[in-house]
Amino acid sequence: MADTVIYAMYDDDDVLKDGAKKLVSKGVKVTEVFSPFPIHGIDPIIGVKNTRLGIMAFLYGLTGLMLATIGMNYFMIQDWPMNIGGKPNGTYLQNFLAFVPISFEFTVLCGAHGMAITYLLRNKNLPGMPAQNPDPRTTDDKFVMELRLSENKNFSAEDLTAMVKETGIVELDQKELK
Amino acid sequence: MEFQVSNKAKMLTTVLMAVGIVFTLVGVVMAMGDHQLGTKIYSNMLVNSFFFFGIGLGALFFLALQYATETGWYAVIKRVIEAVAGFLPFGIGMMLVTLLTLSFTHGGHVYMWMDPDTVAHDSLVSGKSAYLNQAFFWIRTIAYMAIYFIFWRGFKNRSIQQDQNADMAIDLHFKNYRKGAAFLVFFAYFSSTSSWDWIMSIDTHWFSTLFGWYTFAGTWCSTMIVLVTLTLYLKKKGYLPKVNESHIHDLGKWTFATSFLWSYLWFSQFMLIWYANIPEEVTYYLTRRDNFTFLYFGMFFINFAFPMLILMSRDAKRHAGILTFVGLIIFAGHWLDVWVMVMPGTIGPKASVGLLDLGMAVLCLGFFVRVVLTNLTKAPLVAVNHPFLDESLHHDI
Repeated sequence: MADTVIYAMYDDDDVLKDGAKKLVSKGVKVTEVFSPFPIHGIDPIIGVKNTRLGIMAFLYGLTGLMLATIGMNYFMIQDWPMNIGGKPNGTYLQNFLAFVPISFEFTVLCGAHGMAITYLLRNKNLPGMPAQNPDPRTTDDKFVMELRLSENKNFSAEDLTAMVKETGIVELDQKELK
Repeated sequence: MEFQVSNKAKMLTTVLMAVGIVFTLVGVVMAMGDHQLGTKIYSNMLVNSFFFFGIGLGALFFLALQYATETGWYAVIKRVIEAVAGFLPFGIGMMLVTLLTLSFTHGGHVYMWMDPDTVAHDSLVSGKSAYLNQAFFWIRTIAYMAIYFIFWRGFKNRSIQQDQNADMAIDLHFKNYRKGAAFLVFFAYFSSTSSWDWIMSIDTHWFSTLFGWYTFAGTWCSTMIVLVTLTLYLKKKGYLPKVNESHIHDLGKWTFATSFLWSYLWFSQFMLIWYANIPEEVTYYLTRRDNFTFLYFGMFFINFAFPMLILMSRDAKRHAGILTFVGLIIFAGHWLDVWVMVMPGTIGPKASVGLLDLGMAVLCLGFFVRVVLTNLTKAPLVAVNHPFLDESLHHDI
């Protein structure tokens, strides 16, 4: 998809935040901001949606809970009932208390691993994957704002560049994507 | 901004106290001739004074925790925490009256180790008398109360001083930091041993090392419920305009987390005793399982399931209505928790939540709310010179 991408570099996160506010108030859509650390309050300005990772965490946890219950019911009750300390092993419910810690641990295990893997996949950030940031200096002390022409149909590339230049940038880069 | 107790709040708390007194009197009249009436009154005094004392102490602990960890977000609601902690002297008074009454009635069938007759004939109790005797009990109780009171007064005075002297604010902050850490050290020991002394010694034959943490988790959770509902109330009345959704969210998270801490400790204690199945340990749970099935397990279900299912999502923790609804339900649940800690050991299998129990609880609740609201009027609602106030005003999560 042919597109023109503008990268505006700043050396201060507050300048970037003010710049983003100014651009958004003029109707410009800011696609992404790259920063070495989380910038507080930037999400609502550039319209980043709330994360849905929490919902996934709940679903992964539920999966873990179910797997643990099915597993323990099969291992400890159906297949090979074990007598541990004389505790009842006739049905799952009779020995339910002994299974609670394992259910809890497995819920946490699945929740944590599921979340970590989802996070890495969603951000295309698995070990060995190519870096997404346009400039290695955004992992050090620079901040980059990304604008795409395809998302700003009302403006030309020249308009965008002119507006960005007024916001206290230190460097400007423009790329043509094919 | 200065807080004024509204006439509505004054009337409501007065009505609560009046209803409490009426219920208590009716309850006493109805129980006339019951040989357990005295024990009933003493037990309820212990339940309510411990529950509300615990909330004041929990707030003091929470404040010390914020000081010791140099937390920033809470600065804007610091006065709310201090107002709840300000119940501590009244709570100490209530506890002392209760414990003195019990001392003068040979334990009043609440502390059987206070009864010389029982100690003489019960080898288990007499074996524990090196620790559980009146003199040492009072030495410990007075030590706890004195240290809690001294720390509370210090935090309170420094907080007011900080408001008046901007140039001393940083020094006072670091002093609070040191005192907060020192308080946590005392509290770590005292919260355990005091709950053994005041609550666990009711079932004198029984013991559990987890009991202190379990009791402490319950009081902490009740404290967080009070803090979140009080903050929501003040915000709704327009007194805390700078408190934003993130502060409410954080308080909601604390309520959620402490509910889980409490459930976790309740279950840990229960499961270990269930698994080991040693006769002298299981008696505690057998009494509760056989005679208080509904109250005991219902109380656990409410205090665990309600916050877990309803407060889990981010939106629920930011919603004033949901927070208040869940908060009020588990507040009653935690009161019931203290009730089932005490009653089965004092009155026995026949104990039930009656007019007397409800009346005394409502009376103490009215008194507690009135004291906390009055405390709020005594200082400006925002601690202006707190070094982290600016950070707190921009709190955003």
